[in-house]
Amino acid sequence: MENLHSLTAHVLTGKLGKKEIAPGDILDSIKARIKDVDPKVKAYVRFSDADFAGLPSSSDPVPGPLSGIPITIKDNICTNGLATQCCSRILEGFKPPYDATVIKKLKEAGAVIVPVKANMDEFAFGSSCENSCFGPSHNPWGLERVCGGSSGGSAASVAADEAIAALGSDTGGSIRQPASFCGVVGLKPTYGRVSRYGLIAFASSLDQIGPLTKDVEDSAKVLSVISGHDPMDATSADVQVPDYSQALSGDIKGMKIGWPKEYFVEGLDAEVKKVTLEAIEKLRSLGAQVTEISLPNTQYAVPVYYIVATAEASSNLARFDGVQYAFRKTNAEGLIGMYKATRGEGFGDEAKRRIILGTYVLSHGYYDAYYLRALKVRTLIKQDFDKVFKELDCIVTPTSPTAAFKIGERMDDPLKMYLSDIYTISANLAGIPSISIPCGFTRDSLPVGLQILARPFNEEALFKASHAYEQNTPWHTMKPKL
Amino acid sequence: MSDKEISIITEENVKYVAHLARMELSPERLPVLAHQLKDILDFIDKLKEADITGVLPTSHILPIQNVLREDLFKGSLSSQDALANAPDKQGDFFGVPKVIE
Repeated sequence: MENLHSLTAHVLTGKLGKKEIAPGDILDSIKARIKDVDPKVKAYVRFSDADFAGLPSSSDPVPGPLSGIPITIKDNICTNGLATQCCSRILEGFKPPYDATVIKKLKEAGAVIVPVKANMDEFAFGSSCENSCFGPSHNPWGLERVCGGSSGGSAASVAADEAIAALGSDTGGSIRQPASFCGVVGLKPTYGRVSRYGLIAFASSLDQIGPLTKDVEDSAKVLSVISGHDPMDATSADVQVPDYSQALSGDIKGMKIGWPKEYFVEGLDAEVKKVTLEAIEKLRSLGAQVTEISLPNTQYAVPVYYIVATAEASSNLARFDGVQYAFRKTNAEGLIGMYKATRGEGFGDEAKRRIILGTYVLSHGYYDAYYLRALKVRTLIKQDFDKVFKELDCIVTPTSPTAAFKIGERMDDPLKMYLSDIYTISANLAGIPSISIPCGFTRDSLPVGLQILARPFNEEALFKASHAYEQNTPWHTMKPKL
Repeated sequence: MSDKEISIITEENVKYVAHLARMELSPERLPVLAHQLKDILDFIDKLKEADITGVLPTSHILPIQNVLREDLFKGSLSSQDALANAPDKQGDFFGVPKVIE
């Protein structure tokens, strides 16, 4: 039998429909592939054979658009009874008593939830997957390199064909940047498009769940299933979900696409720049009208983000105090001593750094100077987008200023690590949808991602542009040698 | 607050903020953390260049105000399920170290 693990969900759905294969065949293939390559890639955490024993392998899955398709889940999305710990010691042993809305929707669509979770930076704090209590995942295109983050395990599992498709979460680029580093498709939907109920919160005004897939069609397929209004999430938008497959027409003639000059300046790696500009030329040759645009407040995105995101995180992570969830240090004096000892030992270095920074910018005397100012500059960044989207359908940029860097290279320099999200953060601050698709390779054979952004709730424009590009280029068909 | 005061971050500050965040820090980590936070805050100071005169803050991008629902009786987690992950439970309650002597 051919290697089913290397196929897309839409191809597998076709084969299942024609009864060429049974759902159990796909799971067997994924299982064998995980055993074969995960010791090198380490995309999954807490993996054991026993985890797979409970998987339904019957030939009778729930009917639906993802019937019989296994989906891999990031370790910060709650799965009923299945360990979920945000790759943090502080949630060691935590088993959620309920399913996140996205998990419920996947199950109702017939998908099979892969019972081991994908690796991530602790609480999604990071851009390299190195801040995991389980250790880093490795990039399938170069095992000495990072897979990006924070949804690094999700991206690496799809790239290494250890998964058909995966869910990740994106607060400042955590789906798109690892997708770019691993050569897969990663989508951050519009804020409010997908319910956050059951996503363990990092920054509530920025977080969105989205798919990491092998091609654009699968991205549209998974988004169709997980989108929609949810009464359990007060910030989920009551906006109708279109049939995204309609956007995969391949025709982008006359589509208005802008490239912001502020994204092609110092700091952008020369090879990444070259590959990105070639991709933009490709879009032009396919009939898009491409123009240079300006997003003048781009330079403020990273500083605004590190105030807003850490402030929200410091508040969200206050709940992990040794009372409700699994991990507690018992040898401390009194209640406050127990809180401090539990949090001091349970959180890793980056989590501590962000909680302390967030507490600092919200503390008495600093609130106006940092937090309130950041919220005002956030308005300016949003207005930049509102203005250009009056004329444009899409914006294209590099996803990250470099290809995957080496493991360990940026761990002692948090600021340098933060700058690897410089092109992805604005979409979260403005709440707009954005996708990263493979657009070529560096001389070292490392994948480069093209980021496309659109106005709120116009994921169709992203799918339209990215599908047309993908179908006219070979990048999404290339596989790493493992 | 003057601009000068904003970026000053000392080990003492970090210790105090760590207390507010209920976070134990090892004495060796304190100077490293203070140094890294200073670098980050220096970088963040770039925001002072932005002209925010008359600009309203954005705390949330959706035009949502209050989201209310009907006050209906529905099932919820049982206390047994809610307590299942607790490191210490006493009857139907979360157990914590003694607060009052």
